[in-house]
Amino acid sequence: MTSASGSIHLEVTPPLQYRLRIADTCLIHAQRLAEWCGHGPVLEEDIALTNMALDLIGQARALLTQAGSLAGQPGGEKLSEDELAFLRDERQFFNLTLVELPLRKASAHAPGGDFADTVLRNFLLAGWLKALWSRLLSSNDEELAAIAGKALKEARYHQRHAADWVMRLGDGTGESASRLRAALERAWPYTAEMFQRDEVDAHAEAAGLGPARDALRAEWQIEVAAVFAEARLDLPADTPFISTGTRGVHSEHMGFILAEMQVLQRSYPGGAW
Amino acid sequence: MTAGAALASRIDAAWAVLAGVPDPEVPAVSLCDLGIVRDVRHAEGGGLHVVLTPTYSGCPATEVIAASVADALLAAGLGPVRVEHRLAPAWTTDWISADGRRKLREYGIAPPSGLAAAGGSGAADGAAVAIRIRPRAVECPRCGSLQTERLSAFGSTACKALHRCLDCLEPFEHFKPI
Repeated sequence: MTSASGSIHLEVTPPLQYRLRIADTCLIHAQRLAEWCGHGPVLEEDIALTNMALDLIGQARALLTQAGSLAGQPGGEKLSEDELAFLRDERQFFNLTLVELPLRKASAHAPGGDFADTVLRNFLLAGWLKALWSRLLSSNDEELAAIAGKALKEARYHQRHAADWVMRLGDGTGESASRLRAALERAWPYTAEMFQRDEVDAHAEAAGLGPARDALRAEWQIEVAAVFAEARLDLPADTPFISTGTRGVHSEHMGFILAEMQVLQRSYPGGAW
Repeated sequence: MTAGAALASRIDAAWAVLAGVPDPEVPAVSLCDLGIVRDVRHAEGGGLHVVLTPTYSGCPATEVIAASVADALLAAGLGPVRVEHRLAPAWTTDWISADGRRKLREYGIAPPSGLAAAGGSGAADGAAVAIRIRPRAVECPRCGSLQTERLSAFGSTACKALHRCLDCLEPFEHFKPI
């Protein structure tokens, strides 16, 4: 259904929201990584960040295509991956809040531009996605399992690369270590949402669609702790704050990133190249 | 010739055509060498049904590959062609043929080890598996030395990394095992 503003509005069911959480996390993370294109601290890293973004966009495309074909849309029509990516409004995006926070460019209420933030976010997310994809291999949705089989290999490579950087910065100079610690303090409160179980998770778990988020925590934490030990980083204490992007309630930064990502399709509907 | 034999020879002819279609980004090898072409069969209502598997989720060459497959078969008079993309089982570098590995090496790209699948699924083994940061030693495709180092984990295409030989000092690309 398309409103006068050109936006689509979904009737969000738990299985649809479950898929969109993964798809949107990949998509928005990729959009943030793409901001580094042409600005990487070294050429190799410029290429690495955009290569990872490309993998993540590929994963998001597969998931959005599947989400768009799910029944239960108003009028029963199928939606394309592009319609889902470019014509949904903020409250119908369900990514983790962590991935929408500014990365390279500073924002009014958030620092930006420190490579340590990028390294750390990549590492925290790749491990989470790896744990998620590995469990989705046994999803009773064959298509989702097939997407996971492909994505798992990519997430594993991303995690290795990011872990390498976490160790290099954490166990590097005093300056690199202090900046990585500062990045960790900024990012850590947003990791609680990665393991926050809710009714959408419970539905997916009961239906055999995929794991609930709380089931990912143990594996993720073991790997994070192992790499942090090498990087001489202490695990921060958890805070009571739990972000809510996966419920569609976003930070102040989300509107801006969507505006940048969607402006072309909003201005020139259906434009292709 | 019986009808069945004629159909079978069409499939054989299609495979022969596809064996000559180069990968758009690594033209030294064909799509068949890379294991991207998974199946060729008769489509219902005539024509051919070709099953391709993408190498990486975000590989920008996926559409070009599908178009070059269709174009080559049409040009050989084997159309109409229907191309299907199949994700499972996920593509692995283990599917690159021995001939494909030889061609990669001759082209100056170090082929992947044939043990990507045996490299383990990591997560399934839980805590016992450490994150392997550094790749195994890769043989220089020019001089054969194992004294090489990785310069960049990501390269000119999604499927390659950049290495350097410490003996002949030449940089070279490595097809990442996945």
